[in-house]
Amino acid sequence: MLAKAMGIFLLGLVRLLTGAQARWHGCPPKAEQRIYFANHQSHADLVMIWAALPQELRSITRPIAARDYWTRSRLREWITTAVFNAIYVDRARTGEQDPLEPLVRALENGDSIILFPEGTRGHAEEPQPFKAGLYNLALRFPQVVLVPAWIANVQRVMPKGEVVPVPILCSVTFGAPIELQPGEDRHAFLARARDAVIALRDL
Amino acid sequence: MRAAYDFLRTLSPEQQVGALFFLVFGILAVASIAVFLLGFRSRPDADDASRQERLADLRKLLSTSWAMVVVFWVGWAAGNAGATLLFALIAFFALREFITLSPTRRADHRSLVLVFFVVLPVQFWLAATRRFDLFTVFIPVYVFLALPLASALGGDTQRFLERNAKLQWGIMVCVYGMSHVPALLLLDFPQRSYEGKGAFLVFFVVFVVQTCMVVQHLLARQSQRPPSIPGVSRSFNWPSWSLGMAVGSLLGGALSFITPFRPGQAVAMAFIACAAGSLGHLVMKAIKRDRGVPAWGHRASVTGANGLLDRVDALCFGAPVFFHSARWYFGG
Repeated sequence: MLAKAMGIFLLGLVRLLTGAQARWHGCPPKAEQRIYFANHQSHADLVMIWAALPQELRSITRPIAARDYWTRSRLREWITTAVFNAIYVDRARTGEQDPLEPLVRALENGDSIILFPEGTRGHAEEPQPFKAGLYNLALRFPQVVLVPAWIANVQRVMPKGEVVPVPILCSVTFGAPIELQPGEDRHAFLARARDAVIALRDL
Repeated sequence: MRAAYDFLRTLSPEQQVGALFFLVFGILAVASIAVFLLGFRSRPDADDASRQERLADLRKLLSTSWAMVVVFWVGWAAGNAGATLLFALIAFFALREFITLSPTRRADHRSLVLVFFVVLPVQFWLAATRRFDLFTVFIPVYVFLALPLASALGGDTQRFLERNAKLQWGIMVCVYGMSHVPALLLLDFPQRSYEGKGAFLVFFVVFVVQTCMVVQHLLARQSQRPPSIPGVSRSFNWPSWSLGMAVGSLLGGALSFITPFRPGQAVAMAFIACAAGSLGHLVMKAIKRDRGVPAWGHRASVTGANGLLDRVDALCFGAPVFFHSARWYFGG
């Protein structure tokens, strides 16, 4: 109940500040199992892409959240678990545990996920090289549709180190799905995925 | 005619404004029904396509007019506080659009926070509480001196002047200009027993400026003349502009009975508002060209802005000039 109210409040806030417009260019919003992968420039990216998805997809799509940032305070932890239904990943690899393990579990459950393959936030014009996680998941779940997305302008809403967001219009552009070709090399695939994301920037 | 006029005189200001909205909604309804019915008629001849296109154009114009009138009606019905809040919200969205399309740097963040969450509310609060003297100088004097300071404290001097100029223009047009609409609603002329009828003044400005813009737009489209300032606008030319100004001003004179002005004064006031509004629109076009966007928040743009600024920019320029002329000359 409280989580639902918080969800509505956050949605209203994001729409007031950014418009939270979704532009579906390569595929329609559809309730099939998907991995959305996007550029990452701000912690607000997670909220942004969550708000841009239609209501029906929001409930079956789980964003990936960095554990160290999103569990730092109890409020953040509550928002990411109760409202966003996020999956935590550890950015610092600890021991034997496979960092992809929680993602694999979510995909096995049939959920869609939102992934930021750069791993950390970038500050350059172009996203950093993608990490191998996307490739490994694509290899393991060939039936899941891979949808690239470009999140525009969010870094202007809340640059690193600031606490008060500024109203700037933002949009999320979803592109045509890509597929892992049989026998495709890991680096080639990751470069192709990155290009697919960058290509959406100027649409 | 005379009897109807005398009857309207006996009504309270409240009822008069209500009657005005009734009239405007009636005209819009008739126009909408006419356009709707025209949509059914199709003749299999050569210019059917161009007629359909004109009809679509007309529909767009009508839906914009509906939206604007509804906004004004809600603003009036919600009382002074409601109206101020409503126009503050419009200013907020317009400024959001302006800032989105003018690139800012990271060091501007604090200034932007200040603009959106301090300057904008304070300016509209000053309007709502009728502190018109401070309202007039708050932005041009205090804010314009304080904002560069906030930027300088940010420590980033790259394109410093340009960034601050952009920010100040955004505030001037979107916040300062728009805040004069609720201020007009609250402007009284005690010595002319013109109190509680500010809605008429707003109606006067909006109607006169919009008429001038529409006439000018339609004439420019019909005329074969080359554009006068092709670098800025593909359609603007001085003859159409003059005609639009003439129509707007004369309409203002004809509407003098709803204003505190005599007919001659009303013509002059309408002329001032039309000149400010239509030329202000031209200025915004020049800024758009500079930024390389065809329209503020074009539908296809990556920012997802929705072109609010395109619709309100004439009002943003016209309202302050009109407000201050009226206040200065008639001593409101």
